[in-house]
Amino acid sequence: MAVCKMQRMNIFGLQEDRKAILERLQAWGVLEVNIPETGDGLATMDTTSSRQRYERRAQTLQQALEVLDRYAPEHKSLFATLAGKDQIGKDDYTEVCTRRHEIVAAAQQVLNREKEIGEHKAAISRLENQLEGLEPWMSLDVPMNFRGTASTSLFLGTIPGSWTQETLMEAIGAATPELTAQDVTILSIGRDYAYIAVLCLRDDAAKLEEALRSIGFARPSQLSDKTPADAQADLLAQRAGEEQKIADLEAALREQGGSRRDFQVLSDYFRIRADKYEVLGQLPQSSRTFLVSGYVPADQTKKLAGDLTDHYRAAVEIEELPEDEEAPVLLQNNHVGKMSEGIVKTFALPHSGEIDPSFFTTIFYIFFFGLMLSDAAYGAIISIACAFALLKFPRMGQNMKHSLQLFFWCGLSTVFWGVMFGGFFGDAVNVVSRTFFGHEITLKPVWFAPLEDPTKMLVYSMLFGMIHLYTGLLLKGYMCLRRKDFVGFIFDVVCWLLMLTGLILMLLPTEIFYGISQMRFNFSPALVQASKIMAIVGAAGILLMSARDKKNPLLRLALGAYDLYNITGWLSDALSYSRLLALGLATGVIAQVFNQMGSMFGGGVLGAILFTVVFVVGHVLNLAINLLGAYVHTCRLQYVEFYGKFYEGGGREFQPFHQQTNYVEIKEEI
Amino acid sequence: MSGIVYALIGIALAVTLAGCGSAIGVKIAGEAAAGVVSVDPSKFSKVLVLQLLPGTQGIYGLLVGFIALGKIGLLSGGGVDISVANGLLILAACLPIAVVGLVSAINQGKTAAASIGIVAKKPEQFGKSMLFPAMVETYAILALLVSILAVSGIQL
Repeated sequence: MAVCKMQRMNIFGLQEDRKAILERLQAWGVLEVNIPETGDGLATMDTTSSRQRYERRAQTLQQALEVLDRYAPEHKSLFATLAGKDQIGKDDYTEVCTRRHEIVAAAQQVLNREKEIGEHKAAISRLENQLEGLEPWMSLDVPMNFRGTASTSLFLGTIPGSWTQETLMEAIGAATPELTAQDVTILSIGRDYAYIAVLCLRDDAAKLEEALRSIGFARPSQLSDKTPADAQADLLAQRAGEEQKIADLEAALREQGGSRRDFQVLSDYFRIRADKYEVLGQLPQSSRTFLVSGYVPADQTKKLAGDLTDHYRAAVEIEELPEDEEAPVLLQNNHVGKMSEGIVKTFALPHSGEIDPSFFTTIFYIFFFGLMLSDAAYGAIISIACAFALLKFPRMGQNMKHSLQLFFWCGLSTVFWGVMFGGFFGDAVNVVSRTFFGHEITLKPVWFAPLEDPTKMLVYSMLFGMIHLYTGLLLKGYMCLRRKDFVGFIFDVVCWLLMLTGLILMLLPTEIFYGISQMRFNFSPALVQASKIMAIVGAAGILLMSARDKKNPLLRLALGAYDLYNITGWLSDALSYSRLLALGLATGVIAQVFNQMGSMFGGGVLGAILFTVVFVVGHVLNLAINLLGAYVHTCRLQYVEFYGKFYEGGGREFQPFHQQTNYVEIKEEI
Repeated sequence: MSGIVYALIGIALAVTLAGCGSAIGVKIAGEAAAGVVSVDPSKFSKVLVLQLLPGTQGIYGLLVGFIALGKIGLLSGGGVDISVANGLLILAACLPIAVVGLVSAINQGKTAAASIGIVAKKPEQFGKSMLFPAMVETYAILALLVSILAVSGIQL
């Protein structure tokens, strides 16, 4: 439970070793580059263009990988995210890197092929539009641009509106009564237009055209010299051609699926290079030398410095950080603390001078989580699932690993509380034995059943809560002592402890408390007296001293009184732990509801089948919902109630210069 | 005997009002969540957690309803003779979770929707975003507590 101590390391090297040293640092991954202000003839180098070049290449490979994922999807299991990055040996890695030009060209080819597919798809949709345009003319057996023979004229076109043969003849007849020798055919009727062909004598053409125009006749826009049927066949052939091309390209892309691994490794290679150039751009350099400076965890400095001076001609100097410098924060914990580092990070990292609450967070997290879920079967399911994942995927990411370890223990805690409170899939044992075996077996709680005695559980919830809160206050005291702030320790911590303990001791023997808890406390008069004195001394200390930095005595008293008012905050914090009872009951009662529903079909084979269905669905649902509730509310108890007593946070995370990769992890012996 | 009518009204109110509140709350948060997923599907699991938060009030209502049903003996089939006074007591005991469940679930839904906004812009702040809706829920838990204590405390 500690924040790792940081030291500053300054490395002075020769230009010729510059890239080698940076690569070494990147492989070590323990130095966060932080260049202090320098002057005196050192300049930084502009590496933006090289960096961007590498980023662009990484981008190209990334896009190629996305294309491959679409056309040659890799078979991934549901748990692939747990498996962690593939490891790659240094030799393999170097081998891939030497083929980089070839691989980038292949990636470019993937992208080009995808672009071509896009073009062919556009062509297909163009063809399909044309096919659709042909559809209404399909019953025509002359070419679309046919205008008539030597003595006849053909009018092909559309007229708006809905027509029949008769109404069309009538309309034409009404417009030009003198024409009689025309042949009118309606080819098809669309939604808005009728598609017509009108044949007449060549001499009458002008008059007929006028008549047709008067009812809105228009010639089609696309005229081909083929009959619609031929044109359609043509277009279909073209479409088939385009489709074949797409199929060929897709097959080629699928074949390139084999290069996926190369793409992944190389994209990581370019990412690492881009990061290196970014750092390079920050380094102060002279014509012959350069400087790297940054934070290194104190336990790593010796090893790193030794390694660098052994391999290169470089001067390495290690200095302690000045008091006022906010160093980046790296948490360093034993196995217990590590598990809840993620939960601490989600809230905030400790700022300089604060302690790392991970260890206590883990202990209380596991305790409260189990209390809220409190069902032995659910706990066993969680633990087994976590253990399975941990064993099956030993190389999963560190954060995921620690979370799963935490939930493994949370599961065990749930089993423990389930046994204490007699919950096993709610009251499944009772229901199953009663419904299917005729005689009821009761799973007796080892301690007591909260549903039968909720007030007892409520009192214990508050008790656990007070332990949690007191721990927070004691941690605050520990921080005061570490800062050598003894006045703060006495008046901000000890006085509160005195007053709270005194008040609790005064509350316990009262009738009110008996009324709630049915628990009778008979204190000796001396203890009663002592509790009163404790409360008064504590309150007086807070009243007089909590605003000790204020000169004005009245203001000081007023602020002291205001601080005393925080006692209501303690009350509401303590009441907040009643959620331990509420969520614990929720799990148990909903489980009972599902068991009850399942047992309504009665005994027998059919009853057993239906019971199983209801049981599985119901308990999966209940587990999911209560898991979420336990997770959220345990976090809340840590963040609001517990951290509220001592922890502020606000530190900046330690971000070392390392090989940040997306796909592979490079094994390197240092 | 007619006391059972009042008792059932109380149970119905607890389950119905708290359930309605949760339905509205989950709906409000779900709309916001759907918007986020439409832009960035990878945030699905995070926003789903936030969407589910206002769902607990419905469960609390069910919880109280179930305990009260057990109390008046409807679950075991044999009707207990319940006086009007006792029926009214159960009705009154159900009211805290009914009313607070309804109001807090709706407001928790709005808070959850706002928290989904946090996840959309700053996914790394997921832990904090989860806390805001959980604050609202505190009051539903307090109401649940009083309802449970009252229902189980009534001597029939």
